[in-house]
Amino acid sequence: MKIKLFYFAQVREIVGIDQEEIDVESDIKTLAELIAFLKLRGSQWQAIFDMSSSYRMAINQELAEASNKINANDEVAFFPPITGG
Amino acid sequence: MSVHVQQDLFDLQSITQQLKKLHNSGASVSFEGYVRDFDLGNDKLEMLELEHYPGMTEKALLNIQSLAMNRWHLDDVYIVHRYGKLKVGEPIVGIVVFAKHRKEAFDACHFIIDFLKTDAPFWKKEITNHQSYWVDAKKIDDEEKNKWN
Repeated sequence: MKIKLFYFAQVREIVGIDQEEIDVESDIKTLAELIAFLKLRGSQWQAIFDMSSSYRMAINQELAEASNKINANDEVAFFPPITGG
Repeated sequence: MSVHVQQDLFDLQSITQQLKKLHNSGASVSFEGYVRDFDLGNDKLEMLELEHYPGMTEKALLNIQSLAMNRWHLDDVYIVHRYGKLKVGEPIVGIVVFAKHRKEAFDACHFIIDFLKTDAPFWKKEITNHQSYWVDAKKIDDEEKNKWN
C-alpha cells in the first residue's frame, strides 16, 4: 500500500528530504511498525526514532501515537516537538 | 471567528478595532508574541525562521479555536500566526478574544496560547551572526497546557 511521508524541521534536515511516497507491505498496520521499517534505512533514521522525546507524529494532519493504525494513502508526518507561538 | 497563517506582518490593534464593531462585547483580551532579542557573548540574533506544516497548522489552530468556543461563551476569536523569516521585534503570533465579560476573555486567551504552544505545528530556528540552530521545545509548555485538563 502507498503512504505519503512528510518530514519537518530537524527531522527533515537529518533525513535529507521533505516528502516522499513509499510502497509498504500491508502487514505494516501501525505507526510503530512503519517506524521499525524506516529505521532499517540507516543510522540517521535510527538516530531520530531511537529517542521518543525527539519526534512527534501525525496521521492525515492530526497528532498521532505510535499505536495508531495507518491505512493506504494516508499522509504521515514526522517532526520535532513543536516550538511555535 | 478565523485563523490566519501568513508571512506578512499584522497589526493586532487595528484588527481588534475592526472586530469590535461587529460585536456587542463587554471585553476583549489580546495576546501578542514578538521575536525577542538576545545577546549571548558574540552571538546576536539576526533572524528567526519559522517553519510550519501547511494544512495541518490551519487545522490545529481551528481545532484550538473550537475548543475555546465550546468551553466559554465567547463573541469572537481571532488567531494569526506568521511563518518564514522574521526580524527582531516583529510580531510572531496574535490572539484576540471578545466576550461579554472579562473572565471568559482572559481565560480563553490564556487557554488558546497555551494550546497553540504545544499543538500547532510550527518550529523556530534562530539565526545569529555566527550560526543557526533549532529552538528546543520547553517542558513547561506541556505543563502549562496540562493545567487546563
